[in-house]
Amino acid sequence: MSDFIEKKNSGQADINSVPFSEVEQPGPAPLAQQAKGFWVTFSSMFKKNQTVQYPDVKAPTQPRFHGRHQLNRHPDGLEKCIGCELCAWACPADAIYVEGGNNTPGNQLSPGERHGAVYQINYLRCIFCGLCVEACPTRALTMTNEYELADDKREKLIFEKEDLLAPLRQGMLAPPHPMYPGMTDTNYYNGDVKEAHPSQAMNGDK
Amino acid sequence: MNTLNNAVLIAKDPGWLIAVKGVLVFAICVLCTLMAVWAERRVLAKMQLRTGPNRVGKFGLLQSLADGVKLALKEDIIPAAADKVVFILAPIIATSMCFMAFAVIPMTGEVNLFGQKTALQMTDLPVSVLYILAVTSIGVYGVVLAGWSSGSTYPLLGGLRSSAQVISYEIAMGLSLVAVFIYAGSMSTSTIVGSQHQHIWNAVVLFPSFVIYVISMVGETNRAPFDLAEAEGELVGGFHTEYSSLKFALFFLAEYVNIIAVSALATTLFLGGYHALPGLGFTESWLGGWFTLVWFFLKVIFFFFIFMWLRATLPRLRYDQFMKFGWKVLIPVSLVWILIVASLRVLQQEGAPRIATIAFAVGIVLLVMAASSLIDRSKAKARAPQPEGDAPNFPIPSLPEVNSINVSGGK
Repeated sequence: MSDFIEKKNSGQADINSVPFSEVEQPGPAPLAQQAKGFWVTFSSMFKKNQTVQYPDVKAPTQPRFHGRHQLNRHPDGLEKCIGCELCAWACPADAIYVEGGNNTPGNQLSPGERHGAVYQINYLRCIFCGLCVEACPTRALTMTNEYELADDKREKLIFEKEDLLAPLRQGMLAPPHPMYPGMTDTNYYNGDVKEAHPSQAMNGDK
Repeated sequence: MNTLNNAVLIAKDPGWLIAVKGVLVFAICVLCTLMAVWAERRVLAKMQLRTGPNRVGKFGLLQSLADGVKLALKEDIIPAAADKVVFILAPIIATSMCFMAFAVIPMTGEVNLFGQKTALQMTDLPVSVLYILAVTSIGVYGVVLAGWSSGSTYPLLGGLRSSAQVISYEIAMGLSLVAVFIYAGSMSTSTIVGSQHQHIWNAVVLFPSFVIYVISMVGETNRAPFDLAEAEGELVGGFHTEYSSLKFALFFLAEYVNIIAVSALATTLFLGGYHALPGLGFTESWLGGWFTLVWFFLKVIFFFFIFMWLRATLPRLRYDQFMKFGWKVLIPVSLVWILIVASLRVLQQEGAPRIATIAFAVGIVLLVMAASSLIDRSKAKARAPQPEGDAPNFPIPSLPEVNSINVSGGK
């Protein structure tokens, strides 16, 4: 039986024959070199310190800083979001929840057939990676530089569509309202609509 | 200031004055701790290009007070596995002992306190320095007992490390003080201060002792780079891991009072105590003698700055390096130094001619040089490759067969 089990390399490997060389231990550094380290800390006391006095002084972020999201609008006030959920699918942290809805003649929120009916971003989950922004086919979703996202309730950190929508600017009408006369959603997409047309105003709007 | 010895001055103190001084010394210690915590955080921040606490009070001066209040209001947890009595006793021992060390530190020269001519020093023993060493080593019990009674692994390891550390460094510390005793001819703090006032600071004449004391006082107080007992990266919080609320605050207080105590001792024994810098002796009579307190604290602050500077600069030592340094460097060096100081002292007292003293000093220098060259040579010898000898002629057990190693490149 013992002949059957072949011993691998038996007798060839002698642990004493393994070549080794003693590792040279560097001794303590010369005194002048050690003093250098002390000089670094001492001289630092008289340098300008780098602290930003945050709540008092708010340093501007870099222009492309990943802050809170924003849902943009077309120049006439219609929302760019079409409720496609691509952002939600792209999100690695599962922070976005979208429900699409149909645009009807009486409730036209965005150009074309569909709009985002429910749009939520959970900022307790969001990791601000920006993959949602890359995924958005209509440039509806971008990020702002706002970084003060802290609160005392979990619920408060789930931002709804109203919290994320960009404010109405000059020449915009608050949706729902019909599309610009004579323009298709492709025109909207190409940026042919520059401002709201007076005929778009619905009852109650000016 | 013609009184050289505070001992004579304070011997006539009435009982109520001693009590007043006790309260005063206690208040000074607590106030110093508050300021020291703040100062340390600020200076450390400056060394790291930060600002440090600056929001509570002017320049953040009340930060440590706020922290103290916060600690006091926190929930006090005693772990189920803890030995309750010892667990509570440990911080009390640690804190009370380091306050006691201050009783024999002379902080001022002759001053007028409530119409009494006295000095700000509670008592003066003929063996004050021994008393300080004894009291601070009892303080270690606090740390060891805290580690043991917590009923948890990390505190136990921290407590063990701390006891080993403090014991080894206390030997070096005690030996460095022996030279001071020999030179001053006394163990009383006020006499040592007086003798330095007559001659020159011990830090100058006994420079090696001074260096050894400064190193070992950092080891003694468990401070960076010797803070192995509470190494955050290895032992969580070390001996105080399980402590919370006021008991933790007591350890915190003990640590800082301890630092101030060893700094005060260093000031007293090596930097001339409460006396002014050489050449500024006229300032000692300002404010009716109370200006000596300023000098005393300036010197203490100097040592405290060294503590902060070390903490900002050096990384923590490995345990074996730390022990090696204590036992193989500090203790032998201080032993040799004591021999030299003692011999010189005897030569001086026996009225040996100057030439004999000089010859002795030269002889010592030659001996040291010879010893260091011998050490270098033996080191070089050890580093040289050993000649290959024959197989040993005593039986050695055969090595087990190794299957996995195949360095010779055979089949």
